[in-house]
Amino acid sequence: MLHIPILRQGKPYESVDKVELVHHATGEPIARVSQANSGMVVRDINRIDDAVLERFTVSELIDICKRAGERFVSSTLPIGDQEQTYDDYIRNLSATTGMPHNYCHANAQKIKRVLTELNVVIAGLTRGFDLSIIDKGYGEQNGRTLSYFRDGRTFGAVLPSNSPGVHGLWIPAIALKAPVVLKPGREEPWTPFRIIEALAAEGIPREALGFYPTDHAGAGELLRGVSRSMLFGGGDTTAPWRGDSRVEIHGPGYSKVILGDDTADDWEKYIDIIAGSIAANGGRSCINASAVWTPRNGKQIAEALAAKFAKVEPLAVDDPNAVIAAFANQAMAESMSEMIDFELKEPGAIDMTESVRGSHRLVTKDRVSYLLPTVIWCEDREHALRNREFLFPFASVVECPTAEMSKMIGSSLVVSAITKDQKLIDALMTSPDVDRLNIGAIPTYQLSWDQPHEGNLFEHLYRQRAFQAEPAA
Amino acid sequence: MTTTTSPSLEQRAVDAKTRLDDQTREIVQWHFDPKTGCPFWLEYASKLSWDPRKEVKCYDDLDKFDPFEDEWLRGGPVRRWVPKAYADKPIYTFETGGSTGVPKSRISIDDFRIDYEMFSETLSDDAFPRGGDWLMLGPTGPRRLRMAVEHLCQHRGGVCFHVDLDPRWVVKLVKSNRMQLMHEYRDHVINQGLTLLRAHEGIECLFTTPKLLEALCERVSLARMGVKGVFCGGTQLTAQFHRFAREELLEGKVEFVPTYGNTLMGLACHKPFDPADNYSITYHPPSPRAMIEIVDPKNAKRIVEYGEVGRARLTTLTKEFFVPRFLERDEAVRRPPCEKYPWDGAGDVRPFSGFAKPIVEGVY
Repeated sequence: MLHIPILRQGKPYESVDKVELVHHATGEPIARVSQANSGMVVRDINRIDDAVLERFTVSELIDICKRAGERFVSSTLPIGDQEQTYDDYIRNLSATTGMPHNYCHANAQKIKRVLTELNVVIAGLTRGFDLSIIDKGYGEQNGRTLSYFRDGRTFGAVLPSNSPGVHGLWIPAIALKAPVVLKPGREEPWTPFRIIEALAAEGIPREALGFYPTDHAGAGELLRGVSRSMLFGGGDTTAPWRGDSRVEIHGPGYSKVILGDDTADDWEKYIDIIAGSIAANGGRSCINASAVWTPRNGKQIAEALAAKFAKVEPLAVDDPNAVIAAFANQAMAESMSEMIDFELKEPGAIDMTESVRGSHRLVTKDRVSYLLPTVIWCEDREHALRNREFLFPFASVVECPTAEMSKMIGSSLVVSAITKDQKLIDALMTSPDVDRLNIGAIPTYQLSWDQPHEGNLFEHLYRQRAFQAEPAA
Repeated sequence: MTTTTSPSLEQRAVDAKTRLDDQTREIVQWHFDPKTGCPFWLEYASKLSWDPRKEVKCYDDLDKFDPFEDEWLRGGPVRRWVPKAYADKPIYTFETGGSTGVPKSRISIDDFRIDYEMFSETLSDDAFPRGGDWLMLGPTGPRRLRMAVEHLCQHRGGVCFHVDLDPRWVVKLVKSNRMQLMHEYRDHVINQGLTLLRAHEGIECLFTTPKLLEALCERVSLARMGVKGVFCGGTQLTAQFHRFAREELLEGKVEFVPTYGNTLMGLACHKPFDPADNYSITYHPPSPRAMIEIVDPKNAKRIVEYGEVGRARLTTLTKEFFVPRFLERDEAVRRPPCEKYPWDGAGDVRPFSGFAKPIVEGVY
């Protein structure tokens, strides 16, 4: 069986403790993943040569990443003592996560794009200053001296299993010269391992590439040990790290589509954008909308979304028409569905999809469960379901006067505000609760890679310093 | 000329079972005799419809008792656990639990000394030299381990150095997710240990927990500090940690002795290291003074088959303390007798997964 090793500063290590990953539908063992004990994570982090990437210029590292991007989607790359083609990667990824093949391909293309267009991503993070300033430590930009030093000597990431596209977020750390220490999600070791092997094949020193499947304790040691990190997870996982500026938190998104007074009556024009925002990528990303806020016509919008989503069927992952993922962990799907049902008992919210579809959202086929898209009409805008996020296409539709919206929507990773109402736009522009803001008919999942996402990785890793040097005689 | 061959493992296992049956009869007679027994068991017996002294004829007959509940150990009067025969002896109480609420107390007179003298016989004199001093970098306060390690050290002719370590504070910090504070406390403990190691060259032996061993070895090479043997226990030791400790933390130069024990039972020794075990650790109880059996979590009277996972069930059979059929908070794989310990062992011990709430383990 395939074995996925730990990469201790790039060197494969087979642990005594392994976790077996099985096919979500058949239960067939797919791979055994070596698990790092927490002490190993600490020991290795303390021994990283944090200057190992300093021998390259940022520009050289960007070029390496560019070539690695091509390899990621085309080459046969090592995985343990075996090899993996791109097609194997897609099959494995889908097998252990339950994601449809078409989404796996789309996410792989996102990774490729980040790697091959890393110059654009880095420029977005640095706002376009001359990157040789990073190499030299200082330089001239627009007639002013600019100096930066790397405070993030090592960069760690505690990664999720929900969607491979998120791996695009840590990749820039390599071009910014920080060695990485990655803890993959339990069901999704595939993408970070393949990115690492693609980078190594193109010349990134393996010492800069750490890969440590580990448990909760190991993840904690990773976050404590590295000098900067990003952490993906739900509220319970991320709560202890909030307030630690070394850790960039990527928690639930609670992303939203908002209609203004000027567009609420034309909602039918935007229904496809709204539906796409909810259901793209199987509804598994933090950039998927989990709520639609409108000053009126809420019930009609909810009904129209329900009518669209009621057609969605649970299909096998290799079916090209599959649009929702399977849950290998049936208990997880059941508990999410039970939570929604429990909260629906509180008056003021109705599951519109269930009445249109005529069946419950939870579908179980042999070993696998599916959660069918669910739209809740929240008549009561204080209802608990107004602001929930789940790992499947789920959204609430809430009515609220636009004057109150910016204060009522709560923390939101992405807000797509389909409006020209300047008052509403101004309120959203000044809201500290909104991270990414799209004005106009832009789906929540449409990212511009030349702008930072949920924190600026360059600013996370580098600090600006005042710098003067006596001119040469 | 006569030749002697040592009896087969099978025969020795039969002999061990006979000793266990003998011990069971003796201990049940002792604890349920009004002249020698303790008030708790005498009162317990007065409410039974059967007489343990008549009906317990072998170890398996202990199944007639309902499982021992450690809740009985909370609160006083603690002297209800003292056998009448020992009423005039100096009594220790050792505590377990107690992060919140009343801790569970177990009385002791000499058991901890006897257990650790037996354990001493299993240690090599090269790794734990006679006359070598010890550092006890583990839980202190009302802990059996604190006294036991010191006695072990003294029994082997050494002097034992200690630091303060309050495991209840650690558990509180972990439960309330104050991990930064927990690490500061850990570092505080490690710093004190390092100070002692540097100040006393005679320290050649160490007791510590897995987490503290990791933290200590991040700071110094124990081999270079002159430490020859590490006795490790207190929390779960995974096979991977075992390998990591031998190969990396201790650099293959310092003996590593994993143990499993608790306040109620005493100390179980590990099956001697064998590369064929792939670092899986098997603990064997100090039979016939105590037993660990691996039972079906749904039917605690059924011992699972070899190789199967079940819940650990403890039985303690000493004149000081009688604990029949106590269901531990751990699970393990049932393992067969080995040459050194011809009775069953518990492999890959870890916290019992059948509880609704996970068990919190700290640095200790």
